[in-house]
Amino acid sequence: MTSSLERRKALYGNDLACYERMVEIREFEKITNALFAAGSIRGTTHLAVGQEALALGMASTLQPTDVVAGTYRSHAIALALGLTPHSVLGEIMGKATGCCGGVGGSMHMCDTSVGLLPTSAIIGGGMPIAAGAGLAFQVQKSKNVGVALFGDGATNIGAFHESLNLAAIWKLPVVFVCDNNVYGEYSRIDKTTPIEDLHKRAESYAMPHMAIDGMDIHAVRKGIGEAVERARSGGGPTLVEAKTYRFSGHSRADQALYRPEGELEKWQKRDPLLVTEQDLIARKLVTQEKIDQIKSTMESDLAALAKKVENDPEPQLSAMFSNIWTPAKAGK
Amino acid sequence: MTAMRVRQAIVAALADEMRADANVIFFGEDVAEAEGPFKTSEGILEEFGPIRVRDTPISEMGFTGAAVGAAMMGLKPVVEIMFIEFLGVALDQVVTEAAKTRYLSHGTLSVPMTIRASVGSGLGFGCQHSQTLEHWFASTPGLKVLMPSDAQSAYSLLRAAIQDPDPVIVLEPRILYAERGEVDTKKIAHIGKASMRTTGTDLTIVALGHMVNIAEEAAKAAGVSADIIDLQTIIPWDRETVLASVKKTGRLIVVEEAPLSGGWGSEIVATVTAQLFSSLKSAPFRITTPDVPVPFNGGLEARFAPTSEDVARQIKHALTQSGAPQPWWVAEGVAK
Ligand SMILES: Cc1ncc(C[n+]2csc(CCOP(=O)(O)OP(=O)(O)O)c2C)c(N)n1
Ligand SMILES: [Mg+2]
Repeated sequence: MTSSLERRKALYGNDLACYERMVEIREFEKITNALFAAGSIRGTTHLAVGQEALALGMASTLQPTDVVAGTYRSHAIALALGLTPHSVLGEIMGKATGCCGGVGGSMHMCDTSVGLLPTSAIIGGGMPIAAGAGLAFQVQKSKNVGVALFGDGATNIGAFHESLNLAAIWKLPVVFVCDNNVYGEYSRIDKTTPIEDLHKRAESYAMPHMAIDGMDIHAVRKGIGEAVERARSGGGPTLVEAKTYRFSGHSRADQALYRPEGELEKWQKRDPLLVTEQDLIARKLVTQEKIDQIKSTMESDLAALAKKVENDPEPQLSAMFSNIWTPAKAGK
Repeated sequence: MTAMRVRQAIVAALADEMRADANVIFFGEDVAEAEGPFKTSEGILEEFGPIRVRDTPISEMGFTGAAVGAAMMGLKPVVEIMFIEFLGVALDQVVTEAAKTRYLSHGTLSVPMTIRASVGSGLGFGCQHSQTLEHWFASTPGLKVLMPSDAQSAYSLLRAAIQDPDPVIVLEPRILYAERGEVDTKKIAHIGKASMRTTGTDLTIVALGHMVNIAEEAAKAAGVSADIIDLQTIIPWDRETVLASVKKTGRLIVVEEAPLSGGWGSEIVATVTAQLFSSLKSAPFRITTPDVPVPFNGGLEARFAPTSEDVARQIKHALTQSGAPQPWWVAEGVAK
């Protein structure tokens, strides 16, 4: 079986592999949605449809030794960073084969072999942690970078402001990536936030900032690349605002009926898959026929995987009592 | 009496208080236009308008603290915290500000605010969205902490909370939102007064929230005659009712949906043991969750909170033996 790290390494310098991973995420989320609707997934799910270019742009720019602190909406970034669909779906379905052994669920992805820290289901939870990872890298004199990935709504919580300020005064190697998908739960951003360009919030922390087109993997790579370079070379943190759109509802069965008419359709023209396909075709890296084939193969592979995962073993009762504390070292 | 779901009882209580007192205002995340992530504010914006009913940004510290300030100035704010864990980012305003305001104003200021939050396990929301956390607040003098167990108590307790002159936290078991029950809207609870779910002679069971329902099922399954006391207020708790009951039955079990260590049940067991030692027929004990985070997997989560089967097992033990039974994880050899 391919490891997370191998899956990650396959992305570097390979635009077609990145595209295939984007298709994987899209098809994966379709299956997640269907399994949830069928009652095979408990609790809740937050689909990452529309986040594919951002996720792949990050994964193919960051090194596996850089660390990412994400949120409850992390299926895309997890798959992009290298987690296998099996370990992600296993976790979503609470199976022993999941990346967290089935005790975490859809909101809690983790795989330290590719730098994914446990994702937080608390808004703002990951931001001070990314800053702290940057602090460790600074003290350890390593070239690694801490990355926080969070939503537009999360820029209204105290942790955002405190983390930015701290990272700025200590010049920490951190990249703050705001996935501005226009909505926080059922509220459009303009109802909760007085400014539209959230990256400007970095100005009051004298921190470099930029907006990028989060639907275009090249734009993402360029922006994240610049920020990561600054962090690695001791230039301190950056706030990157990726302009994206949440194609799904917020979670579970949310139909997103509160969206203004025509908004979704407008953004669908900027669908990250479509944007990438146009680019790859123009560069003659792929044909429409090949694209169709990638999609249908992915669809059937993932459908087969879902069947398999449904029959995966459940965690043992003892899993409930495991990993509460670090075991004492032998002899102590 | 009207039949309604628990979440509708919450809406009704809020609406009745807002009609009765123009000082009552209400805010939280997606509570106005979207009428609440759990539909616990259906129709509230429509009836009371955007001055008194507001959506907030994701800023729990800001809006909870704003409720504290508004309450000091004479309003009666009600804030909704979607999942109790989100109060973590606002803890200063609750525990260190609101709870100390009366004390630090030499009695010149009160904080008549209400915090409503959904709590509890059982729905597959994972370990950061499934705790009850009542013990975070139960040891903070200055706060009052309530938990309903059905539609009637959801209604009566919320009205009492809003009318109360001090900061009150109402912890709503999320698993009950869709449950139906009869509600008498003339009944307003007395904070600090427990309610008898059933009366009996064999033993006393003290429980809170959804665990009251579990205890009732368990007592039926065990075929015993029990005083089941629905505590309703965790702080200040109803010593009189609990002591009178245990004096009568001579046996006490406390059922808690909270970790073994540090739970409010210890307080009850300690008080009863100290005050009624010579009338006890067997050792009072607690049935709690293990000291672990709430697991996501369905099979595991089903074992997390006390189940009616396990409570029935322990009830039978209490009636036949004088020492306390072992928790299931010890009895089954899964953990120490
Ligand atoms: C402290 C806290 N408050 C509220 C929530 C509930 N909540 C979960 S997601 C969400 C919306 C977040 O919006 P945004 O930051 O834009 O991220 P998106 O979901 O759009 O990716 C809210 C309010 C939470 N998880 N944590
Ligand atoms: Mg958003």
